[in-house]
Amino acid sequence: MSVIEAINIHKVYNPDSDVPVHALRGIDLKIDEGEFTAIVGPSGSGKTTLLNIIGGLDRPSEGKIIIDNQDISTFKDNELIDFRQKNIGFVFQSYNLIPVLTARENIEFVMLLQKRTEQEREARVMELVTAVGLEDKIHKRPNQLSGGQQQRVAVARALASKPKFILADEPTANLDSASTTQLLDIMHQLNREEKITFIFSTHDQRVIDRAERVITIDDGKVVNDEIQN
Amino acid sequence: MIWKLAWRNIFRNKRRTYITAASIALAVLTAASMRAIQKGAWDNMVDNVVKYYTGYAQIHANGYWEDKTIDLSFAYDEQVSSLATSIASIDQVVPRIESFALAAYGNKSNGTLVVGVDPIEEDNFTNLSDKVTQGAYLDPKDDGALVAEGLAEILNVGLGDTLTLLSQGYHGATAAGNYPIKGLVKFASPQLNRQMIYLSLDGASDFYDSQGLITSAAINLNSPDQLELTTSLLKAQLDPKTYEIKDYREMMPELMQAKELDIVSGYITLAILYLIIAFGIFGTILMMVKERTYEFGILLSIGMNRAKLGMTVWLETIFIGLLGACIGILISMPIVAWFSINPIRMTGEAATAYEKFGVEPIFPAAFDISIFLSQAFLVLIMTSILALYPIMTLQKLDPVQAMRA
Ligand SMILES: Nc1ncnc2c1ncn2[C@@H]1O[C@H](COP(=O)(O)OP(=O)(O)OP(=O)(O)O)[C@@H](O)[C@H]1O
Ligand SMILES: [Mg+2]
Repeated sequence: MSVIEAINIHKVYNPDSDVPVHALRGIDLKIDEGEFTAIVGPSGSGKTTLLNIIGGLDRPSEGKIIIDNQDISTFKDNELIDFRQKNIGFVFQSYNLIPVLTARENIEFVMLLQKRTEQEREARVMELVTAVGLEDKIHKRPNQLSGGQQQRVAVARALASKPKFILADEPTANLDSASTTQLLDIMHQLNREEKITFIFSTHDQRVIDRAERVITIDDGKVVNDEIQN
Repeated sequence: MIWKLAWRNIFRNKRRTYITAASIALAVLTAASMRAIQKGAWDNMVDNVVKYYTGYAQIHANGYWEDKTIDLSFAYDEQVSSLATSIASIDQVVPRIESFALAAYGNKSNGTLVVGVDPIEEDNFTNLSDKVTQGAYLDPKDDGALVAEGLAEILNVGLGDTLTLLSQGYHGATAAGNYPIKGLVKFASPQLNRQMIYLSLDGASDFYDSQGLITSAAINLNSPDQLELTTSLLKAQLDPKTYEIKDYREMMPELMQAKELDIVSGYITLAILYLIIAFGIFGTILMMVKERTYEFGILLSIGMNRAKLGMTVWLETIFIGLLGACIGILISMPIVAWFSINPIRMTGEAATAYEKFGVEPIFPAAFDISIFLSQAFLVLIMTSILALYPIMTLQKLDPVQAMRA
């Protein structure tokens, strides 16, 4: 059963201006539960745009995004925010932790928004920090953590509310190769053990090599889609 | 969690928080001290002016103030004379009978205001005996007169001479009498100095044939702040068909106009001050919003709704405003208290001018808690309105654009 279905997605930025940007030109995709999929393509090909639209951060100019049989492109702004909070975990290129909160509080944040109980939060945080290997860093603020550590906190945060899937836009772009490997190991392990669906964009060949499915887009269109290994 | 976020963000950029809070505190301090000194100076002025003659309020027979005729006079009976004991806020009740009369000596004559007073009460209230420059002050049953120096000069009379007074007495009676000049008094106000003649109550009663009635009872208060309370008590105790109560604001509208003008110009100064401070605070808020746009984008994308996020930012700003307002109150209280005990004293020509009119040339600050609270409250209101700006920005913020920045 596919978790996400993109049907004929088009995205035009600044449609009314002199120079409209046609970022996506008819994308059709199905992503199944438990996939570990990379979206690759040259700079400007539309990877970020596609991930944003799949995650409900942005709206397509044309086409539909069906998640769990719901067409999220018809949602109102507040419904979308709510939907994101419950169903989607985001990991961004530049960590994106809340600077005034500790690692633990960053991870807890979405659960607090969801009004989970203290015990629930405690249990989940411990589970996640163990999974990402940061048991000893939970009381540190983001600026006291390395880039790799911050990105692991970001993954833990994305997972905290047990979302259906995680969207990661170039999660390793700012990491050195050791941290990249470590992060990918963690993501892969969570994918296998907790059956979490990961969709991530990347330029990095080492990351592409670890993906199970590689979707290549160019100039806003899917040009290649293959299963690896 | 909203609180935690807001609280931590306040201490994230400590310097900015301190600078903003300090400028708010400064605004409260400046505004509160300005208002306190202005209020204090006016209280002092009014106190001086009312104690010069009028009193904080007067009791008349109903309709007297309109007509000012001696026919509308009333008995200085137990009910009126004992008001100082029956109403706690009243310090003194000072009975007077006033009317205009022609004073003549030799071939000179002049219009005068002849006032019959209780020499003791009058002296307690207006310190009339201190104004005596020649001769002696009146005794309670005196049949002599105190004459203002300027008037004596016009009539060319001196101590011991006998003045003839002519007027219309109570209910059309002819009032006429001869009064030896017992003393001369000097008034700073040229107007009073040209027309005042004081008799004892008994002397005046004989003159006006008024059988002990009086035209006004001036009221002195223990504290100027009790004026409203006192007049309402008086209105409740004294039958409005028989009596009217006029406070000094009704009796001296020019003084009130001058006061209002001064207060309005004070408000304008304050408004300018607040405008400057508002721009400062707004600048801080703008900077904060710009600096944090990216972070707002994250929070929106991980599912914090706009209302909650807006609330956090609003709380932050309010915290800072509150901090500033509290500091402002805390530093202005001792400063204002100091100036209320040690008034600013004027010097030079201005001081001489004040003294000439019998007003002490000082600017004591009024230590009035409501001034601090209202200024602090005003600043808080201003801050909370300014804090709506980030909330408005957040309503329109697109997380994708915010994170692209
Ligand atoms: N908000 C926007 N407004 C206007 N144009 C945009 C906007 N976002 C993206 N674009 C344009 O749309 C196209 C696709 O951009 P997108 O960011 O999706 O590419 P990408 O594949 O993620 O690139 P990169 O690998 O550099 O991150 C580009 O030409 C980009 O300039
Ligand atoms: Mg991109």
